[in-house]
Parts: sequence; structure tokens; C-alpha cells
Amino acid sequence: MSSLFLFLSFVALLSALGVVLAKNPVHSVLFLILTFFTLSGHYLLLNAQFLAAVNIIVYAGAIMVLFLFVIMFLNLNEDTEPHKPALAKFAAAIAGGSLLLILVAAMRDIQPEGYNATSFDSQIGMVDKLGLVLFQQYALPFELASILLLAAMVGSVMLGKRETGERNF
Amino acid sequence: MDFPPLAWQGVVVLVVFGVSLLIATYSTYAERVIAAFLQDRVGPDRAGPFGLLQPLADAVKLFTKEEFFPAGANRALFVFGPCLAMITALMSSAVIPFGNVLQFGETAIHLQGIEINVGMLYVFGMVSLGVYGIMIGGWASNNKFSLLGAIRAASQNISYEIAMGLALIAVLMMSGSLSLREITFQQASDAPFVWQDVFNWNVMKQPLGFLIFIVCAFAETNRTPFDLPECETELIGGYHTEYSSMKMGLYLFAEYINVFVASAVMSVLYFGGFNFPFQFELRNWLVSSQRLELVTASNIITIVGLLGIFAKIFSFIFFFMWVRWTLPRFRYDQLMRLGWTILIPLAIFNILLTGGLITFGIIK
Repeated sequence: MSSLFLFLSFVALLSALGVVLAKNPVHSVLFLILTFFTLSGHYLLLNAQFLAAVNIIVYAGAIMVLFLFVIMFLNLNEDTEPHKPALAKFAAAIAGGSLLLILVAAMRDIQPEGYNATSFDSQIGMVDKLGLVLFQQYALPFELASILLLAAMVGSVMLGKRETGERNF
Repeated sequence: MDFPPLAWQGVVVLVVFGVSLLIATYSTYAERVIAAFLQDRVGPDRAGPFGLLQPLADAVKLFTKEEFFPAGANRALFVFGPCLAMITALMSSAVIPFGNVLQFGETAIHLQGIEINVGMLYVFGMVSLGVYGIMIGGWASNNKFSLLGAIRAASQNISYEIAMGLALIAVLMMSGSLSLREITFQQASDAPFVWQDVFNWNVMKQPLGFLIFIVCAFAETNRTPFDLPECETELIGGYHTEYSSMKMGLYLFAEYINVFVASAVMSVLYFGGFNFPFQFELRNWLVSSQRLELVTASNIITIVGLLGIFAKIFSFIFFFMWVRWTLPRFRYDQLMRLGWTILIPLAIFNILLTGGLITFGIIK
């Protein structure tokens, strides 16, 4: 199990680096898909089958298809890549560096606790358990999140609507 | 020799893999025979008896053709595309329960690759990944027609995935489980009449959901009337315009494996899977009048059920081919209009209907 974890983490880090370092944006997207796969693998190791499957369906299967879709249409390549000013690069480095600092500082105080094999609930990540928790304990946040998604959906339908007099063909 | 239980499961996985490939191979033959039958022609009959060796001849032809790379193509992704299409197609058959348990003394063999309790989501996830093979291949070809095919495939798959998922939710509301094996068991019935047996299949409780699902299955597998990504009249060959030799073969193969998997999923979700009418009567009769042991009788039921599910799968594959050689292709805007303005509202209505029927206890 531990070696599987190490392997998944290795691939996750490597592909996450690939997202940033790849010159070709399509390669970046493909590396990002690989990263999502390794994250799903981690969910599986944590006994969260539902989360793993949904991560694949929603992120790898739908959102990344749209990413790829848009990037293929943009026809980006090294020739058309805009050269960013030095100030922007400097600001980005500062912002990213401070985020890294905060993350590391937050994790510094964590004391890893092993789990208790006798009291550990192996069903914790299964669909029915997750559903019960979502609809009983976290019913209000769940509904609020769904209203947020509905608002986004209505907004996108409004944006995509044909205006009066507009013809597509 | 001591054969651990996990090894048997490995054998089952290999057999599922082999059967998927074999069925895909002979689907190419069946497609041409059915096309010939529907168009009143002779069809392939030169290679071997009834032309049965035609797939082998095709394989030899595909393997020996020139491996062509278009100028300016992204070579790595150009090769990766068809491989990915094939991998995702083959992976989805892993969770389909082809049969119940075969019991030999101590060892019990489950006729299913792996049993996971989110089986339905697994199949759905693999189907949603299937489009990457087409997109990557189409983009890497560095050809406008290929790119258009790839873009069409992506938007078509995403659009129809929504309606498909909503149709699945209605099944899920009745079953309360995402496990395909569990859903199959729930469709078993020991009612004494044949129509009651069949009535327990989900298709009887979800006729609208099944209709939505099968239309979406046609769109997801890129089969006519929804084969817009490879629409010859507009896009030459669509996403595989630039492909030749076995890379082209892999794309065609992946499509037939997808058809097989879609047929298997429909058989399991809506047509009772490996259940068949009178299965419990047959077992009881074998035990009581033929003096067979219960284990042997159960094994016989399992084998008949295995034949049953394959009969269902083959009828669906035939249906896919029948439709292909009967209906003309949709126009692209018609495809999108059907998906977004008809199928999705219909699927949401189906969910409401199912919820209402469950609330009033009419179906369970």
C-alpha cells in the first residue's frame, strides 16, 4: 500500500510539474488529466470510491474535455506565445512563492496520527455513507452550493442566448 | 496444483478481455453481413466458409499497410490517440457482470472482471474518457477536417453524457445501489408466469429512461445516425482522416468494443442481465426431479444465464447495425437540438415521474 502511495505521489508531482513546464498547451492539459487520475488513485487508497469515480467523471471526463476543446480552437503554439513583461514574471514569482510559504507553514504543525484499526469505519467513503452525511449534517451548505451552481448555469444560458436579429448561419 | 482465488479472477479478467476483442473482430464481419442482408447483396463470402476468415484477412491488410505520418503532425500524440481510444474502450468491460457464480468445491468463480460498488459510475467515467482518444488523434493529425471531427466528437459526447447520466439516475433511484451486480440481482424474480419474470426487468419500469439511454448510447459510440465526428460527406473521414494501417484499425476496433460494452450495459441495467425467465423453476426442477445437487443445478443456471446475457448483447449489437443501415445521418444542429432541448428535459421529467411513482408505491 505504501509503495503504491509513493508511486502515485511521484506520478502526481511529476505530471503537475509537466502542466507548468510543458511548452505546448495541449500537453499541459494532458498532464493535468494525468494529475487528476493520480488524485483519484489517492482517493481510492483512502477508501473513497465514490469520490474517485466522480473526480474522474467530472474533472477528467467533462471539464478537461472543455479545456482541451478551447485550447484546440485557440491554436496556441510557441510562435504565438506572448512575451510577458519582466514585472509580471516577478509578481507571479512573488505570489506563487508566498502561497508555497503559507502552505508549508500550515503543514509544519501537523502531527500525523495513525488510524485506529479497531474503530476505523471502512465504509466511510462509500456512496450511502457520504449521502447520509451530505443530506443530514451538511444539508444547508449542500443546498447553497447547488443554488450557486444553478445561478452559474442560468448565467451561462443567458450569455449563450441568441440576441434579437443575430443569425448564426 | 494450488490455484488461489485471486488467480481465478485474473483468468476471468483475461477471458473478458479476449471475448471483448473477439466480439469486436467479428462485429466487423457481422456489420458487413448485416449490411449486405439489409441491402439485398451477397456480402463477404470469399475468405473461408461464409467469409468467416474475412476479419483475419482485414487484419493482415491493416498490419501490412504503410504507416503514414502527416507533415506537421504531433507524432507522439498521433500514436497515443488510437491507443487511448482502445484502452478506454477495453477498460469499461471490466465491471460488467456477465454471469453469477460458478461453484467448484471450495472455489467460487464470479463471472465478472471486478466487482466494485460504484460499477455504474465506473462505466460512465470510462465512457466519458473515451472521447480523449478521438480528440487527441484528431488534433495531432494537423488537419482541419480531423480537428473539426474531434471538436464535434467532444461536444457531442459531452452533450449526450448529461442526458445519459440523468437517465441512469432514474435507474439508481429504484435500485438504491451503484453496483451492477446488485442491480442485476434486483431484477431477478421468482414469479410463476413468464410475463411477470420479464416485468421485473428495469425496462418495464423505465421505458422512457431506456429510450433516452439507447439514443445516448448511439451518440456516445459515434454510430449512425449520430456519427457526425466521422461524417464522410462533410469531413472526408473526420477524426481519422489522416490515419492509415493498424492505427486506423484501432479506432475502428475501439468503436466496435464500445458498441459491445454499450450493449452489455443496456442488457445489465434494463434487460435483467444474466437473469432469464423461469430460472428458479428450472433450478428447482433440476434439483427435485433430476436429482442433481443444488450446487450443480446453480452452476447450470449460471451457464444458461451467461448464454442469456450474450443473447441479449448480440441482439443489441444487431440493433446497432440495423439502425446504421436503415437511418440516414442527422445534421449537426439537429443532433444538438435533440440532445439539449428534447432528451435532457425528457430525462428530467423521467426522474420526476420515477420519484412520484416510487413515492406512491407503484414501482419499487
